[in-house]
Amino acid sequence: MSVHLILFLAFGAVAVAGAINLLAQTHPINSALSLIAVMAALAGEYLLLGAEFVAAVQVIVYAGAIMVLFVFVIMLLNAGVEERTKGSRVAILFGVPGMLLGSLLVTWVVLRYSGTEAVPAGALPGAPRTIGTLLFHEFLLPFEITSILILVAIMGAVVLASKPPTVAPGAPIRRVD
Amino acid sequence: MPIWIYILASVIKSAIVLGVLLTAVAYTVWLERKVVGHMQNRWGPTRVGPFGLLQPAADGLKFLFKEDLTPPHVYKPLYIAAPMIAVVFALTSIAVIPFGNSITIAGYTIPLQITTDVNTGLLLILGVTSIGIYGVALAGWSSNNKYSLLGGLRASAQMVSYEVSLGLSLVGVLILTGSFSLNDIVAAQGGHFWGFIPRYNIFLQPVGFFCYLMAAYAETNRIPFDLPEAETELVAGYHTEYSAMKFAMFFMAEYANMITVACLATLLFFGGWHGPIFGPEILQALLPVFWFVAKVFVFLFVYIWVRGTLPRFRYDQLMAFGWKFLLPLSLVNLIATAIAVAW
Repeated sequence: MSVHLILFLAFGAVAVAGAINLLAQTHPINSALSLIAVMAALAGEYLLLGAEFVAAVQVIVYAGAIMVLFVFVIMLLNAGVEERTKGSRVAILFGVPGMLLGSLLVTWVVLRYSGTEAVPAGALPGAPRTIGTLLFHEFLLPFEITSILILVAIMGAVVLASKPPTVAPGAPIRRVD
Repeated sequence: MPIWIYILASVIKSAIVLGVLLTAVAYTVWLERKVVGHMQNRWGPTRVGPFGLLQPAADGLKFLFKEDLTPPHVYKPLYIAAPMIAVVFALTSIAVIPFGNSITIAGYTIPLQITTDVNTGLLLILGVTSIGIYGVALAGWSSNNKYSLLGGLRASAQMVSYEVSLGLSLVGVLILTGSFSLNDIVAAQGGHFWGFIPRYNIFLQPVGFFCYLMAAYAETNRIPFDLPEAETELVAGYHTEYSAMKFAMFFMAEYANMITVACLATLLFFGGWHGPIFGPEILQALLPVFWFVAKVFVFLFVYIWVRGTLPRFRYDQLMAFGWKFLLPLSLVNLIATAIAVAW
């Protein structure tokens, strides 16, 4: 077994363990931290496959920016420990077998029909230059459309977050700086 | 080169770099106390050893022997993990920084860098430093203390805000070089303009350098951006509840981050290890490392100088400066650079 494969399996194990821990923890901040571990482990997998740029972006964007905001919100809300319930009986009777069946089906379809081949370690064309050329030549239109979508989302967030003026009409306006 | 030589070289390099880095962290604290002391018409440390040079050792011993208090109301797992997260990620980012050209020992070419040349080196540093935020944020939250929490919140908000400008200020250099690899960026700065001015990026990217320096000061929570630990308002901010070695770990993380910022400024804007090379062969091998260290030292001095000079921002000034001045400025710099290169 090569070092690459051992590392790949190790990162995969960390990712799965982190995901399970995310569900098992009762405190929101522990769940958020397990999610960060999952993201970091995925970045390791990308790096081993040769997609260096995607790995770096995974860490910077997901682990470094989005999850910081998650943790920030949890800290601000001061969310308490979640209460354990036994869960509904329907979920246990049908949910768990259904999920297993569904994932089996997806795995079978992917392996049988999609024509995907196994990727040897380090074989993906993941250098920053390749990604840049692809994004800004072949996929320029989808890229620009996505950026407009994100811009709309940002503006929506600003509109939702800004408070409507609560001053009664005619009342003297006091500046609060 | 055989794999075992590669591993051996990596281990030796890691040990040396880590040793030098930790010593540098200790002596940056000494330098800061000394320089700020002289700026304020005091002597700074003088009692322990000549010029107080053994003060870092005394401080280290003191931190080790102090009682390690854990207040009863903290959330223990994260309270213990937070300083470790801070210091580990602060020390990790040094791994991709190249200190000099590769040297040849016994027929093997060894790069003066812990890792080999990574083609996303700059992105790795940004990623590792962005994870370092968790140390501060979790310390503030897990201490279960209002001053700590406010400090942690301020720190994470400030770091997320200034990270945008930090990233954008570096893109100008990346456009000029066309590579994320720190070695390529340094190599592109060799040679001279008109035969006498060194071809450093600072002459092509002065605005980018200004944005980088401002954003980096904010990222490292240093004066004038040290609101997360503003003593007059927050006791000590996120590390209020910490004592002994755990407190020292936050201190080490802060100074290691300063050194990383200084290294990055040297590599990206001041030509890395380039400088006059002369003399016999052994001198020629060592001079690049000397120039690199000298430039890093200048940046650390500027850090301390700024600390001794400027007062602290108010919080609304900090946010306004980051979003309304620094971000537009770095965007304009980026667009201007792109147009100039394309044209």
